[in-house]
Amino acid sequence: MKTLSGTDLSVQIGALRLKNPLIAASGCFGYGVEYAEAVDLSTLGGVAVKGLFLKEREGHPPERIVETPSGMLNAIGLQGIGVHRFIREKLPELRQLRATVIVNICGSTLDEYVELARILSDAEGVAALELNISCPNIKEGGITFGCSLHGTFDVVSAVKKVTPLPVIPKLTPNVTDVASFARASEEAGADAVSLVNTFLAMAIDVETRRPKLSNIVGGLSGPAIRPIAVRMVYECRRAVKIPVIGMGGIASARDMLEFIIAGATAVQVGTANFVDPFIWGKLLAGVTDYVRRHNIARISDLVGTIDTTSREKQWISS
Amino acid sequence: MLRDVEARVIRNTRLSRDYNVIALAAPEIAEATQPGQFVMVKSGRGGDPLLRRPFSVFEVLRSNNRVEGLTLLSKRVGVTTKILYDAVEGDTISCLGPLGRPFDLVDPPTEAWMVAGGVGLAPFATLGDALLAHGVKTTLFYGARTGGELFYLDWFTSRGIRLVLATEDGSIGDKARITIPLDRELQEADGEVVIYACGPEPMLEAVAHVAAKHKRTSQVSVERTMGCGMGGCYSCVIQVRSEAGSERTRPAHYVRSCIAGPVFKGEDLVWD
Ligand SMILES: Cc1cc2nc3c(=O)[nH]c(=O)nc-3n(C[C@H](O)[C@H](O)[C@H](O)COP(=O)(O)O)c2cc1C
Repeated sequence: MKTLSGTDLSVQIGALRLKNPLIAASGCFGYGVEYAEAVDLSTLGGVAVKGLFLKEREGHPPERIVETPSGMLNAIGLQGIGVHRFIREKLPELRQLRATVIVNICGSTLDEYVELARILSDAEGVAALELNISCPNIKEGGITFGCSLHGTFDVVSAVKKVTPLPVIPKLTPNVTDVASFARASEEAGADAVSLVNTFLAMAIDVETRRPKLSNIVGGLSGPAIRPIAVRMVYECRRAVKIPVIGMGGIASARDMLEFIIAGATAVQVGTANFVDPFIWGKLLAGVTDYVRRHNIARISDLVGTIDTTSREKQWISS
Repeated sequence: MLRDVEARVIRNTRLSRDYNVIALAAPEIAEATQPGQFVMVKSGRGGDPLLRRPFSVFEVLRSNNRVEGLTLLSKRVGVTTKILYDAVEGDTISCLGPLGRPFDLVDPPTEAWMVAGGVGLAPFATLGDALLAHGVKTTLFYGARTGGELFYLDWFTSRGIRLVLATEDGSIGDKARITIPLDRELQEADGEVVIYACGPEPMLEAVAHVAAKHKRTSQVSVERTMGCGMGGCYSCVIQVRSEAGSERTRPAHYVRSCIAGPVFKGEDLVWD
């Protein structure tokens, strides 16, 4: 698909064609509908909705977030309305808004992921499934799959068996070698991987000696994590052939391009949307401007084009 | 309509060592704001502070019948409020809004009793004006630590809003929490009264209890730690008894105070 300027921003994630590589990150965009006043959802490559379990969940008591230098910690605890209410109450509106909906699913057990995948495959208007096996804030399920290569393999292959939708496991950065998890996902049949989820972290009020979050620990997101996330995307890109969806601290078109050049076929933006819900148009304009300046016909030509050859010394006369 | 405005600071009035009223040229937002709504403010650039902070719209500024901007009443407690305190004319502050569910206005002959604690005065200038324009007899119960922290008293009295004051040190009004005179006057009131409250949460809880004790409804404006102000992050949750706006009753559950509130019925909230 071409924009008016003749630049092709579309990218391919498995069988899914996204009109551009910009996706709203799960947990940072509500169920999408909350943001319809700020952004035309149909102009986004995709909308990853808040993580869903089968049933409604209350999440953790406040305080759920705290700001840290260039970032924030969150321990929301995956409060959510459950898959059935999502399909009844949110999906029709998302369809009407012509959003490309990526549903982020969470399970306490492998069966719960499978059940969620079945239910969502029958629902009208779901474009892909993102498997949240990386939320650092809940004890049961989720992360236990994401921190074990076998667990990752098992949950991806089980879900693949029951759904025709593209399956995107979302990887945790809280492991020693994230690329091996991308490889396990690919072997299990994943259509893409997305990373990173948040980094397990904590903050303490020294006056009271109390943790700043009710859950004591939480996940770090925002610009503070960006260089680590870029490195992890780079490692995964070199380890697998399936597309890598990159995120972590993106707040400008330059940040977005950095991930794409490191190897991300598409990117997600989370925390920056809290600061600026009108960021989406600015990011797309900035990327469009860049590809035009660099005479790149298709954004997909830019993916993974990092130049690591040794630099020649240049004599620059002043 | 939601807008993000790079608003110029028109003036910044320091009321005390901690409190200030900052006037911002954001007429588009001011014009659309209803009493009780808030804006998300980003002061400074880049990563510190990273997130916006919520502020009630204090006044809508008009000159020659044109809306010129809005003001915020701020108390210096953290990074953002320090930047707001120190800001000078010509600085710019990013302002996103209007956001949140406003107060419901009552109809006369029901009276409106607004209860403010400290910086919780913020929503009551616009609410007071709207109530008076609607013909509602309005009283402001206003409490602070000390008389030097009671602001804008003339602003309210000159409009015909009755004042009942209380300070913790007794320097002005009752030497008590503001709920003491509220309780006393509710005891004596015989007409219909609706209570509006904004202030620290323990005060809101006490106001809701006093109102319920006298069989009056209350609307309270809460302030929880907010990440986005738009329902995106689920951080500003508060427990309510039943789903706002529906007949279904469920056990207490969390709702996002930014979009389900910040104004709630006092009787709906579960205080933790
Ligand atoms: C408040 C908050 C809630 C989140 N909830 C989810 C979630 O439900 N599911 C999920 O997979 N990731 C969740 N995340 C992680 C983000 O989707 C993203 O991976 C992470 O924040 C890094 O991107 P960012 O720096 O652009 O925010 C959440 C992040 C934040 C800040």
